[in-house]
Amino acid sequence: MAAPVLRWCCPARRWILANIDRGPRHGRGAPTGSRSSGKRGQSSVAQQPLVTAQKPRKGEHQWAAVVGLEIHAQISSNSKLFSGSQVHFAAPPNSLVSFFDASLPGTLPVLNRRCVEAAVMTGLALNCHINKKSLFDRKHYFYADLPAGYQITQQRLPIAVKGSLAYSICVGKKRNQVINKTVRIKQIQLEQDSGKSLHDDLRSQTLIDLNRAGVGLLEVVLEPDMSCGEEAATAVRELQLILQALGTSQANMAEGQLRVDANISVHRPGEPLGVRTEVKNLNSARFLAKAIDYEIQRQIEELENGGEILNETRSFDYKLGCTVPMRDKEGKQDYRFIPEPNLPPLLLYDSASLPAGADPQQVINIDQLREQLPELPSVTREKLVQQYGMLPEHSLTLLNEVGLLEFFQNVMKETRAEPKKVTSWVLNTFLGFLKQQNLAVSESPVTPSALAELLNLLDQKAISSAAAKKVFEELWRSGGKTPAQIVSEKRLELMQDQEALEQLCQATMEEHPQVVMDLKKGNPRAINKLIGLVRKATLNRADPTVIKEMLEKQLSS
Amino acid sequence: VVEHLERLALVDFGGPEAVARLERAVAVADRLRAVDTDGVQPLESVLEDRCLYLRSDNVVEGNCAEELLRNSHRVVEEYFVAPPGNISLPKLDEQEPFSPS
Repeated sequence: MAAPVLRWCCPARRWILANIDRGPRHGRGAPTGSRSSGKRGQSSVAQQPLVTAQKPRKGEHQWAAVVGLEIHAQISSNSKLFSGSQVHFAAPPNSLVSFFDASLPGTLPVLNRRCVEAAVMTGLALNCHINKKSLFDRKHYFYADLPAGYQITQQRLPIAVKGSLAYSICVGKKRNQVINKTVRIKQIQLEQDSGKSLHDDLRSQTLIDLNRAGVGLLEVVLEPDMSCGEEAATAVRELQLILQALGTSQANMAEGQLRVDANISVHRPGEPLGVRTEVKNLNSARFLAKAIDYEIQRQIEELENGGEILNETRSFDYKLGCTVPMRDKEGKQDYRFIPEPNLPPLLLYDSASLPAGADPQQVINIDQLREQLPELPSVTREKLVQQYGMLPEHSLTLLNEVGLLEFFQNVMKETRAEPKKVTSWVLNTFLGFLKQQNLAVSESPVTPSALAELLNLLDQKAISSAAAKKVFEELWRSGGKTPAQIVSEKRLELMQDQEALEQLCQATMEEHPQVVMDLKKGNPRAINKLIGLVRKATLNRADPTVIKEMLEKQLSS
Repeated sequence: VVEHLERLALVDFGGPEAVARLERAVAVADRLRAVDTDGVQPLESVLEDRCLYLRSDNVVEGNCAEELLRNSHRVVEEYFVAPPGNISLPKLDEQEPFSPS
């Protein structure tokens, strides 16, 4: 069965002990850690689907990696989850903090309606079952940026459970084979964010800013259905696109609005799952896949050398490019979960169960929210494929690159050229230039209008394909001029005068009788030589195919 | 367990009076079993059937940094000062916001 092979290996890649070039080696772990599978309060080890036991070939080490993710997304709302202070990224320290956020005695949590709606919408978009009754709990731990000493979360009965997230990865040498994958979603829950701590090691103190304390978070728990860094990174990217399309979170990793923790373990195919480690502090899209792959390799190396994997929490050090253990996470944390006594159960309704005469401000109708769901990325991509006949992998690239889809659509609005041409120019030429100079779409020197005009000229056959590329280069460099200006300046227009071209053809043939004889003798390359000569005569302003037709016509007459 | 309880309760279970007292206490607690709780969901709070109020998403609080900072023993430039938190090995010299949640 082909499926299991793909399931535990990143497309056709087997995890083999590899020599990775990294910084200081960590001491070989003394076998002190427990070998238990480490069930934590919230997430549990998923059922491993049956994998056909393959005997590892002699001398070859085969490993399967299992990756689960816990993703925290900051809800895009005006005020915080349980208080009326503002949610904003950059602000003077402790200026966006209410008495409740500072956990002053006598304050109580008051649930923000917008956050609940955001959670329900996200659950619906991810095919989850929405729990009509969900409960809030307290998760206790001591840390300076958690003034109350506990975080209000939903451990027992979260707002949404059992969903799925579909994503596609491109494989193959040219990355043009699209494989569709799914990862199950264990649950989505509402919880509070903590404040920020800045470590001042010099003066041995920590500075606390509570602006972020109490901001609403959606924790999305993905089951360990992924098998490598690339799959995890792609799934996270798709989730980002969905959250942004819904408007429930801006999901900007750079601003800390999307944070990912990974649970990683390795095992030999056919054997039970290995001990898992948790890697925290994965806050960069660029390093997500790297960090996960590093940890997988580290675990494989450790086990290959006879060591043991400790059920510990590690952090990814961006500078060193490796994962390091977190000192304070040794041993199990007892979070002493208790029901949040200040919040009754959260009840949601659908159109059937909506109580009559209820205050609309005080009730949330799941069906109404479902109807109001905006278009999801997968639907947008499908529409692009249907409307413009583009390949699925192209639609993936268009949506993946920030601002590219809008650029493409703006070009389409102003041009008469065929969608396939536009797609090709945007994805190959335009994107190629952007990547070469490491620019974002918003920083592009070429506007959609300029590209549209250029493609119109090409479509009208006013210029040749090669000339168009030259014009594009010039547009990129100069920025100010229009395509028409560049074409006339550089005399790149195609010859429109048929008679003149015919005369040139005649003249060229008369000047080179040898080549004509060669052609008549049946030498196929002679025609190309002739075409080349005519082109030179026209100063490269004639389309080779047109020249060929003309020559052939004249020769046969 | 008994030793553990002894230490916690500071009661010596050695003597017969102590044992008798304990037996009486257990008998009182046993009366709970007289209540039939089949099919009844455990209660967590007597406010369970109250309506959970939903607040509109408006900014109505905040902007009281000065007031809040007055509560703190030590303050540095509008930040609360706390003893050094737990940091991961090896020492990171960057200001990475750390949250163990």
